[in-house]
Amino acid sequence: MTTTMGPGAELEIRDKLQKAAPAGRATMKERLGPIGVFVGFIGLWYLISAWAIEAVFNKPKFLVPPPHEVIQDSFFGTAKIRNEMFKGVLLSAEVAFLGLLIAIVIGMALAVLMSRARWIEKSLFPYAVALQAVPILAFVPLIGSFLGFNFTARVFVCIVISLFPIIANTLFGLLSAEAGQHDLFTLHGAGKLKRLLKLQLPAALPSIFTGFRISAGLSVIGAVVGDFFFRQGEAGIGRLIDVYRARNDNPQMYGAVILAALLGIVVFWLFGQLSRVAVGRWHEVTGQS
Amino acid sequence: MSAVPTPSAGDAGGVVDPAAALRFQNVSMVFPDGTKALDDVSFEVRRGEFVTIVGPSGCGKSTVLRIASGLLRGATGHYSLADSNIGYVFQDATLLPWRTVQKNVELFAELHGLDRSERDRRAAEAIELVGLKGFERSYPRRLSGGMRMRASLARSLVLNPKLFFFDEPFGALDEITREKLNEELLRLFVHENFAALFITHSIYEAVFLSTRVLVMSSRPGRLVAEFEVPFPYPRADDLRFDPHFAELSGKVSHALREAHS
Repeated sequence: MTTTMGPGAELEIRDKLQKAAPAGRATMKERLGPIGVFVGFIGLWYLISAWAIEAVFNKPKFLVPPPHEVIQDSFFGTAKIRNEMFKGVLLSAEVAFLGLLIAIVIGMALAVLMSRARWIEKSLFPYAVALQAVPILAFVPLIGSFLGFNFTARVFVCIVISLFPIIANTLFGLLSAEAGQHDLFTLHGAGKLKRLLKLQLPAALPSIFTGFRISAGLSVIGAVVGDFFFRQGEAGIGRLIDVYRARNDNPQMYGAVILAALLGIVVFWLFGQLSRVAVGRWHEVTGQS
Repeated sequence: MSAVPTPSAGDAGGVVDPAAALRFQNVSMVFPDGTKALDDVSFEVRRGEFVTIVGPSGCGKSTVLRIASGLLRGATGHYSLADSNIGYVFQDATLLPWRTVQKNVELFAELHGLDRSERDRRAAEAIELVGLKGFERSYPRRLSGGMRMRASLARSLVLNPKLFFFDEPFGALDEITREKLNEELLRLFVHENFAALFITHSIYEAVFLSTRVLVMSSRPGRLVAEFEVPFPYPRADDLRFDPHFAELSGKVSHALREAHS
Protein backbone atom coordinates (compact mmCIF):
# COMPACT_ATOMS: atom_id res chain seq x y z
CA MET A 1 0.00 0.00 0.00
CA THR A 2 1.29 3.45 -0.77
CA THR A 3 0.52 6.43 1.40
CA THR A 4 0.80 9.78 -0.21
CA MET A 5 1.32 11.48 3.12
CA GLY A 6 3.15 9.97 6.05
CA PRO A 7 1.07 10.66 9.14
CA GLY A 8 4.39 10.88 10.97
CA ALA A 9 4.67 14.44 9.75
CA GLU A 10 1.56 15.37 11.70
CA LEU A 11 2.93 13.83 14.88
CA GLU A 12 6.20 15.64 14.42
CA ILE A 13 4.42 18.98 14.43
CA ARG A 14 2.57 18.06 17.60
CA ASP A 15 5.81 17.10 19.27
CA LYS A 16 7.28 20.45 18.36
CA LEU A 17 4.28 22.24 19.79
CA GLN A 18 4.60 20.29 22.99
CA LYS A 19 8.27 21.10 23.27
CA ALA A 20 7.46 24.78 23.03
CA ALA A 21 5.45 24.40 26.22
CA PRO A 22 7.13 21.59 28.14
CA ALA A 23 4.72 19.76 30.41
CA GLY A 24 7.06 17.34 32.15
CA ARG A 25 10.22 19.31 32.82
CA ALA A 26 10.22 22.01 35.48
CA THR A 27 12.42 25.05 35.10
CA MET A 28 14.90 26.15 37.79
CA LYS A 29 12.43 28.72 39.08
CA GLU A 30 9.63 26.18 39.26
CA ARG A 31 11.83 23.83 41.24
CA LEU A 32 13.28 26.37 43.65
CA GLY A 33 10.04 28.24 44.20
CA PRO A 34 8.38 25.79 46.60
CA ILE A 35 11.62 25.34 48.55
CA GLY A 36 11.90 29.10 48.90
CA VAL A 37 8.36 29.32 50.26
CA PHE A 38 9.11 26.57 52.78
CA VAL A 39 12.30 28.30 53.95
CA GLY A 40 10.33 31.55 54.25
CA PHE A 41 7.69 29.81 56.33
CA ILE A 42 10.26 28.37 58.77
CA GLY A 43 11.89 31.80 58.94
CA LEU A 44 8.59 33.41 59.80
CA TRP A 45 8.02 30.79 62.49
CA TYR A 46 11.40 31.60 64.08
CA LEU A 47 10.64 35.31 63.86
CA ILE A 48 7.33 34.89 65.67
CA SER A 49 8.76 32.47 68.23
CA ALA A 50 11.82 34.58 69.06
CA TRP A 51 10.37 38.07 68.83
CA ALA A 52 6.85 38.75 67.58
CA ILE A 53 4.96 36.57 70.04
CA GLU A 54 6.02 38.89 72.89
CA ALA A 55 6.69 42.15 71.11
CA VAL A 56 3.66 42.18 68.79
CA PHE A 57 1.07 39.77 70.17
CA ASN A 58 1.91 40.39 73.79
CA LYS A 59 1.76 36.68 74.72
CA PRO A 60 4.16 34.49 76.71
CA LYS A 61 7.01 33.02 74.73
CA PHE A 62 6.29 29.32 75.47
CA LEU A 63 3.07 29.47 73.38
CA VAL A 64 5.10 29.31 70.15
CA PRO A 65 8.15 27.10 70.59
CA PRO A 66 10.75 27.32 67.79
CA PRO A 67 10.72 24.58 65.12
CA HIS A 68 13.85 22.77 66.30
CA GLU A 69 12.41 22.48 69.81
CA VAL A 70 9.16 21.05 68.41
CA ILE A 71 11.01 18.45 66.37
CA GLN A 72 13.37 17.62 69.26
CA ASP A 73 10.70 17.25 71.96
CA SER A 74 8.10 15.51 69.82
CA PHE A 75 10.08 13.09 67.71
CA PHE A 76 13.44 12.70 69.49
CA GLY A 77 12.35 13.14 73.13
CA THR A 78 11.10 10.47 75.55
CA ALA A 79 10.06 7.06 74.31
CA LYS A 80 6.67 7.53 75.92
CA ILE A 81 5.86 10.60 73.84
CA ARG A 82 7.20 8.98 70.69
CA ASN A 83 5.10 5.85 71.20
CA GLU A 84 2.05 7.87 72.03
CA MET A 85 2.36 9.92 68.85
CA PHE A 86 3.18 6.93 66.66
CA LYS A 87 0.19 4.97 67.96
CA GLY A 88 -2.05 8.02 67.69
CA VAL A 89 -1.22 8.76 64.06
CA LEU A 90 -1.46 5.08 63.18
CA LEU A 91 -4.89 4.80 64.74
CA SER A 92 -6.13 7.89 62.91
CA ALA A 93 -4.68 6.61 59.66
CA GLU A 94 -6.45 3.28 60.10
CA VAL A 95 -9.74 5.01 60.86
CA ALA A 96 -9.36 7.31 57.85
CA PHE A 97 -8.42 4.54 55.41
CA LEU A 98 -11.08 2.10 56.51
CA GLY A 99 -13.73 4.83 56.43
CA LEU A 100 -12.60 5.89 52.98
CA LEU A 101 -12.55 2.33 51.67
CA ILE A 102 -16.10 1.65 52.84
CA ALA A 103 -17.24 5.02 51.47
CA ILE A 104 -15.69 4.12 48.10
CA VAL A 105 -17.50 0.80 47.93
CA ILE A 106 -20.87 2.19 49.02
CA GLY A 107 -20.50 5.42 47.04
CA MET A 108 -19.56 3.77 43.76
CA ALA A 109 -22.29 1.18 44.10
CA LEU A 110 -24.85 3.91 44.70
CA ALA A 111 -23.56 5.95 41.77
CA VAL A 112 -23.76 2.97 39.41
CA LEU A 113 -27.28 2.33 40.62
CA MET A 114 -28.24 5.99 40.05
CA SER A 115 -26.74 5.94 36.56
CA ARG A 116 -29.06 3.07 35.56
CA ALA A 117 -32.25 5.09 35.55
CA ARG A 118 -33.24 8.70 35.87
CA TRP A 119 -35.89 7.94 38.48
CA ILE A 120 -33.40 6.16 40.74
CA GLU A 121 -31.08 9.14 40.48
CA LYS A 122 -33.97 11.50 41.25
CA SER A 123 -34.95 9.38 44.25
CA LEU A 124 -31.51 9.04 45.83
CA PHE A 125 -29.42 12.05 44.88
CA PRO A 126 -31.20 14.59 47.12
CA TYR A 127 -30.35 12.42 50.12
CA ALA A 128 -26.73 12.21 49.05
CA VAL A 129 -26.70 16.01 48.95
CA ALA A 130 -28.40 16.15 52.36
CA LEU A 131 -25.70 13.84 53.70
CA GLN A 132 -23.09 16.38 52.67
CA ALA A 133 -24.99 19.23 54.29
CA VAL A 134 -25.22 17.43 57.64
CA PRO A 135 -22.68 18.84 60.14
CA ILE A 136 -21.66 15.34 61.09
CA LEU A 137 -19.32 16.38 63.88
CA ALA A 138 -22.22 17.99 65.69
CA PHE A 139 -23.73 14.52 65.85
CA VAL A 140 -20.75 12.99 67.60
CA PRO A 141 -22.53 12.69 70.98
CA LEU A 142 -25.48 11.04 69.24
CA ILE A 143 -23.24 8.67 67.29
CA GLY A 144 -21.44 7.87 70.53
CA SER A 145 -24.65 6.80 72.21
CA PHE A 146 -25.35 4.32 69.39
CA LEU A 147 -21.94 3.09 68.31
CA GLY A 148 -19.83 3.89 71.33
CA PHE A 149 -16.72 6.04 71.25
CA ASN A 150 -14.23 3.67 69.77
CA PHE A 151 -13.12 2.45 66.40
CA THR A 152 -16.54 1.75 64.86
CA ALA A 153 -17.98 5.16 65.67
CA ARG A 154 -14.93 6.97 64.31
CA VAL A 155 -14.95 4.98 61.08
CA PHE A 156 -18.64 5.78 60.74
CA VAL A 157 -17.89 9.50 60.90
CA CYS A 158 -15.29 9.10 58.15
CA ILE A 159 -17.72 7.20 55.94
CA VAL A 160 -20.42 9.82 56.26
CA ILE A 161 -18.06 12.73 55.71
CA SER A 162 -16.39 11.23 52.61
CA LEU A 163 -19.34 9.58 50.90
CA PHE A 164 -20.77 12.46 48.88
CA PRO A 165 -17.77 13.40 46.70
CA ILE A 166 -17.47 9.76 45.68
CA ILE A 167 -21.13 9.45 44.74
CA ALA A 168 -21.20 12.78 42.92
CA ASN A 169 -17.94 12.34 41.00
CA THR A 170 -18.61 8.74 40.03
CA LEU A 171 -22.11 9.57 38.85
CA PHE A 172 -20.89 12.59 36.91
CA GLY A 173 -18.19 10.42 35.33
CA LEU A 174 -20.57 7.62 34.37
CA LEU A 175 -22.85 10.10 32.64
CA SER A 176 -19.96 11.87 30.89
CA ALA A 177 -19.49 9.40 28.02
CA GLU A 178 -20.29 11.28 24.81
CA ALA A 179 -23.43 10.63 22.77
CA GLY A 180 -21.29 9.66 19.77
CA GLN A 181 -19.48 7.03 21.82
CA HIS A 182 -22.82 5.65 23.02
CA ASP A 183 -23.92 5.48 19.37
CA LEU A 184 -20.99 3.18 18.59
CA PHE A 185 -22.13 0.77 21.28
CA THR A 186 -25.74 1.00 20.13
CA LEU A 187 -24.76 0.29 16.53
CA HIS A 188 -23.00 -2.88 17.63
CA GLY A 189 -25.80 -4.10 19.84
CA ALA A 190 -23.95 -3.76 23.15
CA GLY A 191 -26.09 -4.48 26.23
CA LYS A 192 -26.16 -2.50 29.45
CA LEU A 193 -23.38 -4.42 31.15
CA LYS A 194 -20.96 -4.14 28.21
CA ARG A 195 -21.76 -0.47 27.99
CA LEU A 196 -21.07 0.02 31.69
CA LEU A 197 -17.82 -1.94 31.72
CA LYS A 198 -16.34 -0.91 28.40
CA LEU A 199 -17.64 2.64 28.05
CA GLN A 200 -19.07 4.30 31.14
CA LEU A 201 -16.66 3.10 33.82
CA PRO A 202 -13.48 3.79 31.84
CA ALA A 203 -14.86 7.20 30.84
CA ALA A 204 -15.60 7.88 34.51
CA LEU A 205 -12.15 6.97 35.84
CA PRO A 206 -10.57 10.46 35.86
CA SER A 207 -13.61 11.83 37.61
CA ILE A 208 -13.75 8.87 40.04
CA PHE A 209 -10.16 9.51 41.05
CA THR A 210 -10.90 13.18 41.60
CA GLY A 211 -13.62 12.02 43.98
CA PHE A 212 -11.19 9.68 45.73
CA ARG A 213 -8.76 12.50 46.31
CA ILE A 214 -11.33 14.88 47.71
CA SER A 215 -12.78 12.16 49.93
CA ALA A 216 -9.36 11.02 51.12
CA GLY A 217 -8.73 14.52 52.44
CA LEU A 218 -12.15 14.65 54.06
CA SER A 219 -11.71 11.24 55.61
CA VAL A 220 -8.49 12.35 57.30
CA ILE A 221 -10.28 15.41 58.58
CA GLY A 222 -13.08 13.16 59.83
CA ALA A 223 -10.60 10.90 61.59
CA VAL A 224 -8.56 13.69 63.19
CA VAL A 225 -11.30 16.13 64.08
CA GLY A 226 -13.75 13.34 64.99
CA ASP A 227 -11.12 12.01 67.36
CA PHE A 228 -10.84 15.48 68.84
CA PHE A 229 -14.59 15.54 69.44
CA PHE A 230 -14.98 12.01 70.79
CA ARG A 231 -12.83 12.78 73.84
CA GLN A 232 -13.10 9.17 74.90
CA GLY A 233 -11.67 5.84 73.89
CA GLU A 234 -8.22 5.20 72.51
CA ALA A 235 -6.42 8.40 71.64
CA GLY A 236 -5.78 9.17 67.98
CA ILE A 237 -3.69 12.08 66.79
CA GLY A 238 -6.58 14.52 67.19
CA ARG A 239 -7.09 13.70 70.86
CA LEU A 240 -3.35 13.99 71.48
CA ILE A 241 -3.41 17.56 70.22
CA ASP A 242 -6.02 18.31 72.83
CA VAL A 243 -4.22 16.38 75.58
CA TYR A 244 -0.95 18.24 74.99
CA ARG A 245 -2.78 21.55 74.89
CA ALA A 246 -4.41 20.82 78.24
CA ARG A 247 -1.01 19.93 79.72
CA ASN A 248 0.65 23.03 78.29
CA ASP A 249 3.08 20.74 76.42
CA ASN A 250 3.34 23.17 73.56
CA PRO A 251 6.22 21.64 71.58
CA GLN A 252 4.41 18.27 71.64
CA MET A 253 1.15 19.90 70.64
CA TYR A 254 2.83 21.46 67.61
CA GLY A 255 4.41 18.10 66.85
CA ALA A 256 1.01 16.39 66.89
CA VAL A 257 -0.42 19.07 64.62
CA ILE A 258 2.44 18.53 62.18
CA LEU A 259 1.80 14.77 62.20
CA ALA A 260 -1.90 15.30 61.53
CA ALA A 261 -1.02 17.60 58.64
CA LEU A 262 1.50 15.11 57.27
CA LEU A 263 -1.10 12.36 57.39
CA GLY A 264 -3.42 14.48 55.27
CA ILE A 265 -0.67 15.35 52.80
CA VAL A 266 0.52 11.76 52.46
CA VAL A 267 -2.99 10.49 51.79
CA PHE A 268 -3.62 13.22 49.22
CA TRP A 269 -0.31 12.49 47.51
CA LEU A 270 -0.98 8.77 47.53
CA PHE A 271 -4.25 9.16 45.70
CA GLY A 272 -2.68 11.59 43.26
CA GLN A 273 -0.08 8.96 42.38
CA LEU A 274 -2.73 6.28 42.16
CA SER A 275 -4.74 8.37 39.73
CA ARG A 276 -1.60 9.06 37.70
CA VAL A 277 -0.89 5.36 37.40
CA ALA A 278 -4.50 4.54 36.53
CA VAL A 279 -5.34 7.22 33.97
CA GLY A 280 -2.16 9.27 33.45
CA ARG A 281 -1.34 7.67 30.11
CA TRP A 282 -4.47 8.93 28.42
CA HIS A 283 -5.75 11.72 30.62
CA GLU A 284 -4.05 14.91 31.82
CA VAL A 285 -3.89 14.59 35.61
CA THR A 286 -3.86 18.05 37.09
CA GLY A 287 -3.97 19.67 40.50
CA GLN A 288 -1.01 18.02 42.19
CA SER A 289 2.68 17.39 41.86
CA MET B 1 -27.13 -7.57 14.62
CA SER B 2 -25.42 -10.64 16.01
CA ALA B 3 -24.24 -12.04 12.73
CA VAL B 4 -20.61 -11.26 12.15
CA PRO B 5 -19.73 -11.66 8.51
CA THR B 6 -16.58 -13.44 7.49
CA PRO B 7 -13.68 -11.13 6.70
CA SER B 8 -13.65 -11.83 2.98
CA ALA B 9 -17.39 -11.95 2.26
CA GLY B 10 -17.12 -11.12 -1.41
CA ASP B 11 -20.86 -11.13 -1.91
CA ALA B 12 -23.15 -11.35 1.10
CA GLY B 13 -25.87 -13.95 0.80
CA GLY B 14 -29.57 -13.54 1.51
CA VAL B 15 -29.94 -10.13 -0.07
CA VAL B 16 -33.45 -9.32 -1.23
CA ASP B 17 -32.40 -7.16 -4.14
CA PRO B 18 -28.90 -8.16 -5.15
CA ALA B 19 -28.18 -4.73 -6.60
CA ALA B 20 -29.22 -2.49 -3.70
CA ALA B 21 -27.16 -2.13 -0.54
CA LEU B 22 -29.57 0.46 0.87
CA ARG B 23 -33.01 1.52 -0.24
CA PHE B 24 -35.21 4.40 0.94
CA GLN B 25 -38.82 4.58 -0.28
CA ASN B 26 -40.94 7.59 0.63
CA VAL B 27 -39.27 8.03 4.00
CA SER B 28 -40.41 10.95 6.14
CA MET B 29 -39.40 11.88 9.64
CA VAL B 30 -41.12 14.16 12.10
CA PHE B 31 -39.44 14.63 15.46
CA PRO B 32 -41.55 14.43 18.63
CA ASP B 33 -41.32 18.22 18.99
CA GLY B 34 -43.03 18.60 15.62
CA THR B 35 -39.96 19.47 13.56
CA LYS B 36 -40.23 17.99 10.12
CA ALA B 37 -36.77 16.65 9.30
CA LEU B 38 -37.29 14.59 6.17
CA ASP B 39 -40.04 14.77 3.59
CA ASP B 40 -40.71 11.87 1.26
CA VAL B 41 -37.13 10.84 0.59
CA SER B 42 -36.51 8.05 -1.92
CA PHE B 43 -33.17 6.82 -3.24
CA GLU B 44 -30.99 3.76 -3.28
CA VAL B 45 -27.34 2.97 -2.97
CA ARG B 46 -26.32 0.10 -5.20
CA ARG B 47 -23.46 -2.22 -4.42
CA GLY B 48 -20.09 -0.73 -5.20
CA GLU B 49 -21.60 2.72 -5.60
CA PHE B 50 -20.42 5.89 -3.87
CA VAL B 51 -23.40 8.17 -3.26
CA THR B 52 -23.09 11.57 -1.63
CA ILE B 53 -25.83 13.77 -0.25
CA VAL B 54 -25.01 17.47 -0.25
CA GLY B 55 -27.22 20.03 1.38
CA PRO B 56 -27.22 23.10 3.57
CA SER B 57 -26.46 22.74 7.28
CA GLY B 58 -29.34 21.37 9.31
CA CYS B 59 -31.28 20.09 6.29
CA GLY B 60 -31.54 16.56 7.66
CA LYS B 61 -28.66 14.91 5.80
CA SER B 62 -27.36 13.23 8.93
CA THR B 63 -30.88 12.16 9.86
CA VAL B 64 -30.88 9.94 6.76
CA LEU B 65 -27.88 8.04 8.11
CA ARG B 66 -29.27 7.82 11.62
CA ILE B 67 -32.53 6.36 10.33
CA ALA B 68 -30.83 3.93 7.96
CA SER B 69 -28.47 2.63 10.66
CA GLY B 70 -31.25 2.18 13.21
CA LEU B 71 -29.90 4.82 15.61
CA LEU B 72 -33.03 6.87 15.09
CA ARG B 73 -36.47 5.32 15.12
CA GLY B 74 -39.87 6.69 14.29
CA ALA B 75 -39.50 7.36 10.57
CA THR B 76 -42.37 6.52 8.25
CA GLY B 77 -42.06 4.87 4.85
CA HIS B 78 -39.92 1.92 3.83
CA TYR B 79 -36.21 1.59 4.18
CA SER B 80 -34.05 -1.49 4.09
CA LEU B 81 -30.44 -2.53 4.36
CA ALA B 82 -29.08 -5.52 2.47
CA ASP B 83 -26.81 -6.33 5.41
CA SER B 84 -26.91 -5.09 8.99
CA ASN B 85 -23.12 -5.05 9.14
CA ILE B 86 -22.40 -1.44 8.27
CA GLY B 87 -19.45 0.86 8.79
CA TYR B 88 -20.35 4.22 10.30
CA VAL B 89 -17.85 7.07 10.46
CA PHE B 90 -18.94 10.15 12.40
CA GLN B 91 -17.88 13.75 12.10
CA ASP B 92 -15.94 13.37 15.35
CA ALA B 93 -13.48 10.54 15.45
CA THR B 94 -15.27 9.34 18.65
CA LEU B 95 -12.24 7.32 19.69
CA LEU B 96 -12.21 6.06 23.26
CA PRO B 97 -9.40 8.09 24.86
CA TRP B 98 -8.43 5.36 27.32
CA ARG B 99 -7.68 2.91 24.53
CA THR B 100 -4.63 2.86 22.29
CA VAL B 101 -5.10 3.06 18.52
CA GLN B 102 -4.86 -0.73 18.36
CA LYS B 103 -7.49 -1.22 21.08
CA ASN B 104 -9.78 1.39 19.54
CA VAL B 105 -9.62 -0.31 16.18
CA GLU B 106 -10.42 -3.64 17.83
CA LEU B 107 -13.50 -2.31 19.61
CA PHE B 108 -16.25 -3.61 17.33
CA ALA B 109 -14.60 -7.00 16.94
CA GLU B 110 -14.47 -7.13 20.72
CA LEU B 111 -18.13 -6.17 21.09
CA HIS B 112 -19.05 -8.96 18.70
CA GLY B 113 -17.02 -11.46 20.70
CA LEU B 114 -14.27 -12.27 18.19
CA ASP B 115 -11.29 -13.99 19.77
CA ARG B 116 -8.05 -12.24 20.50
CA SER B 117 -5.92 -13.51 17.63
CA GLU B 118 -8.64 -12.72 15.11
CA ARG B 119 -9.06 -9.21 16.58
CA ASP B 120 -5.31 -8.63 16.42
CA ARG B 121 -5.10 -9.79 12.84
CA ARG B 122 -8.00 -7.66 11.63
CA ALA B 123 -6.90 -4.57 13.52
CA ALA B 124 -3.34 -4.83 12.20
CA GLU B 125 -4.69 -5.12 8.66
CA ALA B 126 -7.01 -2.12 9.05
CA ILE B 127 -4.31 0.01 10.68
CA GLU B 128 -1.98 -0.76 7.80
CA LEU B 129 -4.69 0.13 5.26
CA VAL B 130 -5.20 3.63 6.67
CA GLY B 131 -1.47 4.28 6.99
CA LEU B 132 -1.23 4.31 10.77
CA LYS B 133 1.34 1.56 11.10
CA GLY B 134 3.74 2.41 13.88
CA PHE B 135 1.09 4.22 15.93
CA GLU B 136 -0.70 1.15 17.29
CA ARG B 137 0.29 1.91 20.85
CA SER B 138 -0.38 5.65 20.77
CA TYR B 139 -3.26 7.11 22.73
CA PRO B 140 -5.70 9.36 20.82
CA ARG B 141 -4.66 12.53 22.65
CA ARG B 142 -1.20 12.20 21.09
CA LEU B 143 -2.65 12.14 17.55
CA SER B 144 -3.51 14.99 15.22
CA GLY B 145 -7.06 15.44 13.94
CA GLY B 146 -6.20 13.78 10.63
CA MET B 147 -4.65 10.78 12.34
CA ARG B 148 -7.62 10.39 14.65
CA MET B 149 -9.86 10.27 11.62
CA ARG B 150 -7.62 7.60 10.09
CA ALA B 151 -7.98 5.58 13.29
CA SER B 152 -11.74 6.04 13.14
CA LEU B 153 -11.72 4.79 9.54
CA ALA B 154 -9.62 1.78 10.52
CA ARG B 155 -12.06 0.98 13.30
CA SER B 156 -14.99 0.95 10.87
CA LEU B 157 -13.08 -1.33 8.48
CA VAL B 158 -12.48 -4.07 11.02
CA LEU B 159 -15.71 -6.00 10.47
CA ASN B 160 -15.38 -5.69 6.68
CA PRO B 161 -18.75 -4.09 6.05
CA LYS B 162 -19.92 -3.81 2.48
CA LEU B 163 -21.76 -0.55 3.14
CA PHE B 164 -20.31 2.55 4.78
CA PHE B 165 -22.01 5.63 6.16
CA PHE B 166 -19.88 8.75 6.36
CA ASP B 167 -21.33 11.66 8.29
CA GLU B 168 -19.17 14.66 7.29
CA PRO B 169 -16.09 12.82 8.49
CA PHE B 170 -13.58 15.38 7.25
CA GLY B 171 -15.58 18.53 8.00
CA ALA B 172 -13.43 19.57 10.94
CA LEU B 173 -10.09 19.13 9.19
CA ASP B 174 -8.00 21.69 7.35
CA GLU B 175 -8.28 21.68 3.58
CA ILE B 176 -5.03 19.95 2.70
CA THR B 177 -5.58 17.16 5.21
CA ARG B 178 -9.12 16.82 3.94
CA GLU B 179 -8.01 16.49 0.32
CA LYS B 180 -5.40 13.90 1.24
CA LEU B 181 -7.94 11.89 3.20
CA ASN B 182 -10.42 12.15 0.30
CA GLU B 183 -7.82 10.59 -1.96
CA GLU B 184 -7.05 7.86 0.56
CA LEU B 185 -10.73 7.16 1.05
CA LEU B 186 -11.08 6.64 -2.69
CA ARG B 187 -8.09 4.33 -2.66
CA LEU B 188 -9.88 2.28 0.04
CA PHE B 189 -13.12 2.42 -1.93
CA VAL B 190 -11.43 0.99 -5.01
CA HIS B 191 -9.41 -1.52 -3.00
CA GLU B 192 -12.17 -2.80 -0.70
CA ASN B 193 -15.02 -2.44 -3.16
CA PHE B 194 -17.67 -1.32 -0.66
CA ALA B 195 -20.74 0.87 -1.19
CA ALA B 196 -20.80 4.27 0.49
CA LEU B 197 -23.33 6.87 1.49
CA PHE B 198 -21.43 10.06 2.22
CA ILE B 199 -22.76 13.27 3.77
CA THR B 200 -21.07 16.62 3.25
CA HIS B 201 -21.75 20.26 2.56
CA SER B 202 -18.69 20.58 0.36
CA ILE B 203 -19.62 20.40 -3.31
CA TYR B 204 -16.04 19.67 -4.42
CA GLU B 205 -15.68 16.86 -1.95
CA ALA B 206 -18.98 15.40 -3.17
CA VAL B 207 -18.04 15.53 -6.85
CA PHE B 208 -14.51 14.31 -6.28
CA LEU B 209 -15.60 11.23 -4.34
CA SER B 210 -18.89 10.10 -5.77
CA THR B 211 -20.41 8.10 -8.53
CA ARG B 212 -23.64 9.95 -7.82
CA VAL B 213 -24.46 13.22 -6.00
CA LEU B 214 -27.88 13.88 -4.47
CA VAL B 215 -28.88 17.41 -3.53
CA MET B 216 -31.05 17.93 -0.46
CA SER B 217 -33.14 21.01 0.24
CA SER B 218 -33.38 22.96 3.50
CA ARG B 219 -35.53 21.53 6.27
CA PRO B 220 -37.64 19.59 5.77
CA GLY B 221 -35.04 17.69 3.78
CA ARG B 222 -36.16 16.66 0.32
CA LEU B 223 -34.07 15.30 -2.53
CA VAL B 224 -34.30 17.91 -5.29
CA ALA B 225 -31.60 16.99 -7.79
CA GLU B 226 -29.37 14.12 -8.80
CA PHE B 227 -26.10 14.14 -10.76
CA GLU B 228 -24.17 11.24 -12.22
CA VAL B 229 -20.42 11.78 -11.93
CA PRO B 230 -18.80 10.22 -15.00
CA PHE B 231 -15.11 10.32 -14.01
CA PRO B 232 -13.59 6.83 -13.79
CA TYR B 233 -11.81 5.45 -10.73
CA PRO B 234 -9.09 5.59 -9.58
CA ARG B 235 -9.29 9.36 -9.50
CA ALA B 236 -6.16 11.39 -9.10
CA ASP B 237 -5.54 14.63 -7.30
CA ASP B 238 -5.47 16.69 -10.54
CA LEU B 239 -9.07 15.77 -11.36
CA ARG B 240 -9.88 18.80 -9.20
CA PHE B 241 -8.38 21.04 -11.92
CA ASP B 242 -10.18 19.38 -14.81
CA PRO B 243 -12.62 21.71 -16.62
CA HIS B 244 -15.28 18.97 -16.61
CA PHE B 245 -14.92 18.72 -12.85
CA ALA B 246 -15.43 22.48 -12.57
CA GLU B 247 -18.45 22.37 -14.86
CA LEU B 248 -20.15 19.59 -12.90
CA SER B 249 -19.35 21.29 -9.59
CA GLY B 250 -20.97 24.42 -11.00
CA LYS B 251 -24.15 22.52 -11.81
CA VAL B 252 -24.31 20.99 -8.31
CA SER B 253 -23.67 24.38 -6.79
CA HIS B 254 -26.49 25.88 -8.82
CA ALA B 255 -28.90 23.15 -7.70
CA LEU B 256 -27.83 23.65 -4.11
CA ARG B 257 -28.48 27.39 -4.32
CA GLU B 258 -31.95 26.75 -5.65
CA ALA B 259 -32.60 24.25 -2.88
CA HIS B 260 -31.51 26.82 -0.32
CA SER B 261 -33.96 29.51 -1.30
